[in-house]
Amino acid sequence: MEHITLLIGIVIVTALVFDFTNGFHDTANAMATTISTGALKPKTAVAMSAVLNLLGAFLSVEVAKTISGGIIDESAGIRPEVIFAGLVGAIVWNMLTWLAGLPSSSSHALFGGLIGATLVSVGAHGVNGDKVVMKVLIPALAAPVVAGLAAMLATKLTYRIGRNSDPKATAKGYRAGQIASAGLVSLAHGTNDAQKTMGVITLALITGGVVAPHADPPMWVIVSAGTAIALGTYLGGWRIIRTMGKGLTDIEAPQGFAAQTGAAATILASSHLGFALSTTQVCSGSVMGSGVGRKGAVVRWSTAGRMVAAWGLTLPAAGLVAAGAALLADQGTWGIAGVAVLALAACTAIWLASRRKPIDHSNVNELPVESQGAVTAAIAAVSPPPAGPVAPLAATIPAPAAVASPADAAPATA
Amino acid sequence: MQIDWQALGTVLGVTLAVTIGLVGVFTLGIVGLAKRESGTDGAAVSGGSAVLTRTGAYACFALCAAAVAYGIFLIVA
Repeated sequence: MEHITLLIGIVIVTALVFDFTNGFHDTANAMATTISTGALKPKTAVAMSAVLNLLGAFLSVEVAKTISGGIIDESAGIRPEVIFAGLVGAIVWNMLTWLAGLPSSSSHALFGGLIGATLVSVGAHGVNGDKVVMKVLIPALAAPVVAGLAAMLATKLTYRIGRNSDPKATAKGYRAGQIASAGLVSLAHGTNDAQKTMGVITLALITGGVVAPHADPPMWVIVSAGTAIALGTYLGGWRIIRTMGKGLTDIEAPQGFAAQTGAAATILASSHLGFALSTTQVCSGSVMGSGVGRKGAVVRWSTAGRMVAAWGLTLPAAGLVAAGAALLADQGTWGIAGVAVLALAACTAIWLASRRKPIDHSNVNELPVESQGAVTAAIAAVSPPPAGPVAPLAATIPAPAAVASPADAAPATA
Repeated sequence: MQIDWQALGTVLGVTLAVTIGLVGVFTLGIVGLAKRESGTDGAAVSGGSAVLTRTGAYACFALCAAAVAYGIFLIVA
C-alpha cells in the first residue's frame, strides 16, 4: 500500500461509494418478494441479505480481473481519471433511479459510465461495440423473458398442485422456500457485484502502478468492497423494494416462492452456461411472470413500462453523465475536484429530495400511488417529487386520481 | 457480431426445467405435509398412506435441499 496518490485514493473511495449504492439498489432483487409476502420482517430480510452479500464477497476465488468483460479495451490507455468519471456516472444514475423507485441494473450503469468516460477520454477505439450488444443489449432483452416465463409456468404449477390444500397449512412451507431461494440470490449477488468493485479498485491500483498487472486484489480491497456492499444492502433500498414487491403486481406467498426460485435458477444457469444475465432484470422479470401466472393477479403494466424505460436509459444516461465528468476531469486537478464536488452535490440533492417522501422499513409494504404515465420515467427521475407531507396519507387512499384522467380526456375527444 | 443462440437456448431450457421441477417438487412436499396436518382432504387418511405421504413429502424437501446445496456449490466453485 505504499504511495497511493491522491487521485487513486479518490478513485478507491468513489468505487466504494458505487459499491454501496449497488448494495442498496439491489437489495430488492433478493428480498422484495420476501418482504412483501411477509415471509420475513423487513429489517430481518435486509440483515440476512447483507450478511449473505458479505459472505459472497469472500466466497469466490474467481477474481474479476477485467472489470467490464471486454466491453472497454482496458489496455487502450484507461487512466484513473476515466475510471473516476465512469464511477461518477454510474453513481448518479443509481441514485436517480433509486429516487424514482425503479429497479435498474447497477452493472449496466457501471458499464455505461465506463463507456461514456472512455469515449470522451480515449476515443471510440477504446470501446468494443460488439461486446456492448452481446453483453448488455441482448441479455437485457433476454433476461426478463427467460425468468418471466419460468416464474409464470412455475406459478401456474404451484397453484394447480396446491389448489385443494388449506392455504394456512401450506404457508409455512412457502415461507421456508422463499427464504431459501432469496438467500441464494443474495449470495450470488455478493459474489458477482462485490467482485466488480474489487476489479475496479484493482484496475485503478494497476494503472497507478501500485499493484502489478494481473495481480489478485489485495485483502484490504476484498474486505472494504464486501463491507461497502453489505452496508448498502443493510440500509435497504426501500423505494425499489416497494416497487418490486408491491408496485409491479400483488404477490402472494406461492408467487413469491415461484418468482424467487425462478430468479435464482436463471441467475445460476445463466452465469454458468456462458450467457450472463443481469440480476435486476432477471428478478423484475420473474416478479412480473409470477403476476401473469396467477389468475386474478393484476400486473401494473404502467409501472413495468417505466421500469423498462429506465433499463433502456441506464446505459446512455450513465454514459452521458460520465462523459461530462470525463470532460471536466481531463482538465486537470481542478477538473477532478470539480467533478467530485458536483457529484457530491447531486447525491445530496437527490437524498434531500427523497426525504420529502421517505420510504423505509415501516411503510415499505404500502401500495405506491400510481401518479405518472408510462413515458415519464426520465422526467419522474429528474424532477423533484411534489412537495408537502402527503405521502403517508396517500397510501391509504387507493388511487382515485388514476380514474379521473380518462374522464377528463373524454370531453376533449367528444 | 454473432448472437450465441445456442447458449441462450440452453439457459432458457435449463432455467425452465430447474424452476418448474423444483417448484413442483417443493409444492408436492408442502401439500403432502399440509394434508397430514389439517386432514381436510375428504375421508380420514389411513395410517399406512399417511406414513407414505409424509415420507414422500420429506423426500421432496430433501431433493430441494440438494438442489440448493448444488446452487451454493455453483456459486462457490
